[in-house]
Amino acid sequence: MNSNRSKPHGLLAEFHTAADIFEAAMRCRDAGFTKWDVYTPFPIHGMDEAMGLRKSPVGWFTFCGGFTGFFTGMTMIWYMNKFDYPLVVGGKPLFTPLYAFPVSYEMTILLSAFGTLFGMFFLNQLPKFYNPLFKNERFKKSTDDRFFLCIEATDPKFGTDVTRTFLTEKCHAAVVELVED
Amino acid sequence: MASSGKSAAVKASEPPAELVRESLVLNNRSLGWITNAIAGVCEKPMPIWWWPAFIVSVGGMLTMFSLIAYLVSTGVGVWGLNHPAAWAWDITNFVFWIGIGHAGTLISAVLFLLRQKWRTSVNRAAEAMTIFAVACAGIFPVFHTGRVWFALLPGYLLPAPNANAIWPQFRSPLLWDVFAVSTYGTVSLLFWYVGLIPDLATLRDRSKGVMRRFFYGLFSLGWTGSNRHWSNYEKAYLLLAGLSTPLVLSVHSIVSFDFAVSVVPGWHTTIFPPYFVAGAIFSGFGMVLTLLIPLRSLFKLEDIVTLRHVDLMCKVLLATGSIVGYAYGMEFFIAWYGGSPYELYAFKNRAFGPYWWSYWAMISCNVISPHFFWFKKLRTSVVFVWIVSIFVNIGMWFERFVIIVTSLHRDYLPSSWGYFTPSWVDIMTFVGSFGLFMTLFLLFIRFLPVIAISEVKGVTPQADPHHPLGGAKGHH
Repeated sequence: MNSNRSKPHGLLAEFHTAADIFEAAMRCRDAGFTKWDVYTPFPIHGMDEAMGLRKSPVGWFTFCGGFTGFFTGMTMIWYMNKFDYPLVVGGKPLFTPLYAFPVSYEMTILLSAFGTLFGMFFLNQLPKFYNPLFKNERFKKSTDDRFFLCIEATDPKFGTDVTRTFLTEKCHAAVVELVED
Repeated sequence: MASSGKSAAVKASEPPAELVRESLVLNNRSLGWITNAIAGVCEKPMPIWWWPAFIVSVGGMLTMFSLIAYLVSTGVGVWGLNHPAAWAWDITNFVFWIGIGHAGTLISAVLFLLRQKWRTSVNRAAEAMTIFAVACAGIFPVFHTGRVWFALLPGYLLPAPNANAIWPQFRSPLLWDVFAVSTYGTVSLLFWYVGLIPDLATLRDRSKGVMRRFFYGLFSLGWTGSNRHWSNYEKAYLLLAGLSTPLVLSVHSIVSFDFAVSVVPGWHTTIFPPYFVAGAIFSGFGMVLTLLIPLRSLFKLEDIVTLRHVDLMCKVLLATGSIVGYAYGMEFFIAWYGGSPYELYAFKNRAFGPYWWSYWAMISCNVISPHFFWFKKLRTSVVFVWIVSIFVNIGMWFERFVIIVTSLHRDYLPSSWGYFTPSWVDIMTFVGSFGLFMTLFLLFIRFLPVIAISEVKGVTPQADPHHPLGGAKGHH
């Protein structure tokens, strides 16, 4: 598996408790690593701060979706019932935002939801079916009850031996090397 | 950064013993136990009872589809509805099913925003119920149009011009309803799927079979549990919860507009939107309990769906059931206080007219039965709760029947009075819709995790890096 031709992907450290990975994440953050991540079976409360992540920008996608939805709804109804084929029904006005509101409201929510979902996929670069992490058998436990931390080889501060020492001695973790094909 | 200072502050704020909350998962189960218990349900072969249940459900579903084929090929005359009750069983069933869905969204979205952590044990199954109920609901309004191709083709429901270049008429609440229900179905599905992604990854990592690994792998999208992903994921989940909350309130409000915007006595009331929403939540929690009480004991999930969950859901039944009972009373008060003789007649006719039996079935199921839940002993007796939940389901079906049929069968002119009786096709189509619902639910149990694995883990003490069970050491 570890042939000479394969490129190193990074170092994978395994932890047994939420507290251990939490502490290791703070150490990594303070050590100034940038290309690294923790992998946990559930979101750990406070981990974003422990890793020093900025706030997720998903909300902007939601907002753009909602804005589009509302104005699509209003414009569509105005175009259909007032502009393209005006037809008086029950003596009511051809267009008012009042009767167009419920449909526009639903369109706002619909497109906000799509914006949120696809925004999240876009930011997370999902779907992504190839991942060097999946080649490690232990990593399967990351969706069960183990916690992993991976520092990638592309990180400017990465050096196989130095980083390995950092992870084993400072963070007290079992460490394995990951490779790409 | 002063990370150690932060940890010290967290440690200092530990609550006194009497304020420590009871753990949501009983018997101090480990994270691995939770994975095995939940994923095990859909990995092991289904128990014996599943097969007869599935066969009966599929039979019901096929009955419904055959009767729909009969309806479409023959005409709406095969149903019992006719002038003056042009809406009857079909719309009753529609409102009944769409209402059931509301509990799923309430649990998944509203309780999430209110930080009610107990929801994690029940939200997955409740959301599945929502989606399947919306699927059942959609069938009735679509097929009550009879020549259904005119409804689905452009011009009537879809925003596209018909053969005469006329567009749909957006002043009508019926069209609002099309948008509300289809948005509701879609957003519920998206929300459910987002919640499923991490759990599908768990199943992918555990599965042995080629087919299972392929499909769980495909639908889990390559999820790794990366915290950079969780960060966006949690924000997206929160936003979807925030979007679903106004959505779920709007859906049954708009369904109630179908009635309230008309000028039919018994329908033309402003109390309808809140009354319908409360009724929907009441009926939905009834159905959640009907499904989850057997599920938790058949699959030995009592440590995750605990008696406390049953207790809390009964409290919701009590609260919403009281609102519904209040609304029934208030309708009568307004009918008298409003001074319209037609309105007053409509209500007298509901309680004492030819459909008196449906009114009193509704009252005994919806007004009386939830009040047993003032007593904790009854709220935690699962057999009793299950029986009451069935009564709630029955009562809420009757509520819609009462609103729709008794208001329509006698309005202003006695010359246009009538009496609706369902045909066998009406009855069997409704029975068959339970077949569709149960088929989908049984398949859900067979292939997907019935409880949100990652969310349940997230509320255990083991998940908390500042809790001793999460590995926190005392000294910092």
